[in-house]
Amino acid sequence: MNKPLNIVGLFFALLFLQVFVLNNILFLGYINPYLYIAFVFSYPLKENRIPFLFYCFLLGLGVDFFSDTGGIHAYSIVFIAYLRSFFVSVFFKKTPTDFTFFNLKTEPFGKVFNFVVTLTIIHHFIFFSFANFSLQNFGNVLLNTLYSSIFTLILYFIGTYIFMKDK
Amino acid sequence: MQQLIYFFRKFKYFLFFLLLEFVALSLIFNNLNYQRSKFVNSANTITGGFYSQFSNISEYLNLKSENKRLAEENTKLRNLLSQKKILDSLNQIDHTVIDTIKFNQKYKYTSAKIINNNYTNQFNFLTLNKGEKEGLAKEMAVFNSKGIVGILENTSNDYSRVQSVLNRDSRINARLKNTNYFGTLTWDGKDYKTVQLYDIPRQAPLKVGDTIVTDGKSAIFPEGILIGKINKINKGNTADNKIDVLLFNDMSNLGYVYVVKNFSKTEIKKLEQNE
Repeated sequence: MNKPLNIVGLFFALLFLQVFVLNNILFLGYINPYLYIAFVFSYPLKENRIPFLFYCFLLGLGVDFFSDTGGIHAYSIVFIAYLRSFFVSVFFKKTPTDFTFFNLKTEPFGKVFNFVVTLTIIHHFIFFSFANFSLQNFGNVLLNTLYSSIFTLILYFIGTYIFMKDK
Repeated sequence: MQQLIYFFRKFKYFLFFLLLEFVALSLIFNNLNYQRSKFVNSANTITGGFYSQFSNISEYLNLKSENKRLAEENTKLRNLLSQKKILDSLNQIDHTVIDTIKFNQKYKYTSAKIINNNYTNQFNFLTLNKGEKEGLAKEMAVFNSKGIVGILENTSNDYSRVQSVLNRDSRINARLKNTNYFGTLTWDGKDYKTVQLYDIPRQAPLKVGDTIVTDGKSAIFPEGILIGKINKINKGNTADNKIDVLLFNDMSNLGYVYVVKNFSKTEIKKLEQNE
C-alpha cells in the first residue's frame, strides 16, 4: 500500500463502494456500515501528515456530496485522521522514527483490534451526533453508533482477512 | 516574528486540522440552513450524473409496482372524469367558451424521476433527474399519486434536490379532508412511516382513520393532495395537540413524481408582503 497509485485506487474504490453499495444496505431498516473510514487505517504512516489529512477530508466530502449530509462525513473522518497518530503511539508504542516500517498487517491482532475499534466508535459517534443535531433522540444516536460500528467492524475485518490471504 | 514562525511550525498539523474541521463545520451549518444549502448537495452535475446512471439500472426492479401505481391513478382520474360529465349534463351546459386571452391555468405539472432517495437520516433529501432546464425552481411542491413527497429546495441545470417530508426542518400546511381545520405537518425523526400534525384546533372533530390532505393556503402545494390518515390522537391536556399521521406514500419505495409550479405564487407572495 505504499505506491501512490494504490492510494488513489483505494480512495475511489472506498468512495464508490460506500455511496453505491453500502449506503443502500439499510439492514433492519436503518443500519448502515461506514466502511470508507478503512482509508484512515490503510494509509501509510508518515511524518508529514498534511496530505493525509487533506485526502481524508476529500474522501469525507465526496461521501457527503452523494449522501446529502452537508459536511458531516468530512468532519468526522478528519477528526479520526488527526487522532490516528496519537492512538498509534498509545496502542502500538511507536515513535515517529518507526513510522516507515509500521504496517498494520504485521502487528498482533489484539492491538490492531483495539486501535480500529476505538477509531471506528469515535467516528460513528461524531457522525450520528451531527446527523441527529439535537439532544432529542440521544438514545437513538447511541444505538445507531453501536449497531453501525459492529457492522462496519465486521466488514472491515472480513475485508482485511480476504485481502491478506491474497498476498 | 521568529516566535510566530516557530509557533506555526510546531502546530502546523493541528492548525491544518482546525482549518479542515472549520470548513466541514461551515458546510454542515450551511446544509442545515434551508436558504443557503448551495455547495454540498447531490443536485450537481457530477453526483447527479452518477446517480442517474445508477438509477437507470436499478429502475427495472420497480417497474411492476410503478405500473400498478400508474394504472390505479388512471382509474381514479377516469372515475373523476365520468363524474364531471354527469355533473355537466345535470347543469345543462350547452355551450363552452374558449377564451384564449384569459390565461386561467393555475398549476403546471412536470413529471420527474427520483434518482436518489434517503429516508433513514434526520434531514432527508431526494434527488430528481430534472432541473432548471425543465423549468423547475425552488419551493415547488413534489408529490405522486399516493401522496406528498416534499418541496424542491435546490436546483442545478439538469438536477434538483427535494427536501423530503421526512426532514426535521420541513413544515407543510395540512388540513382534515372534509373540514377546514388546518395545522402544521412536521416530522420528529423517528419513524419514516409516520409524521406529526400540530396545532389542529381542539374543537376539530378528529377520529382515527380520518384523511389528512394539503391545504391550499401555502401557495406551494395545490389544495387536496393526499398526505395520510390519522393514526393516533393525543388526548392529554398538552398545549401542542399532536396527532400522528400515517403516510399513504411508502417513502422507501418512490419512482416517478410530479412537480407542481404555481403560477400565482409570486402574486400571492407580493400581496401578503404588502400587509
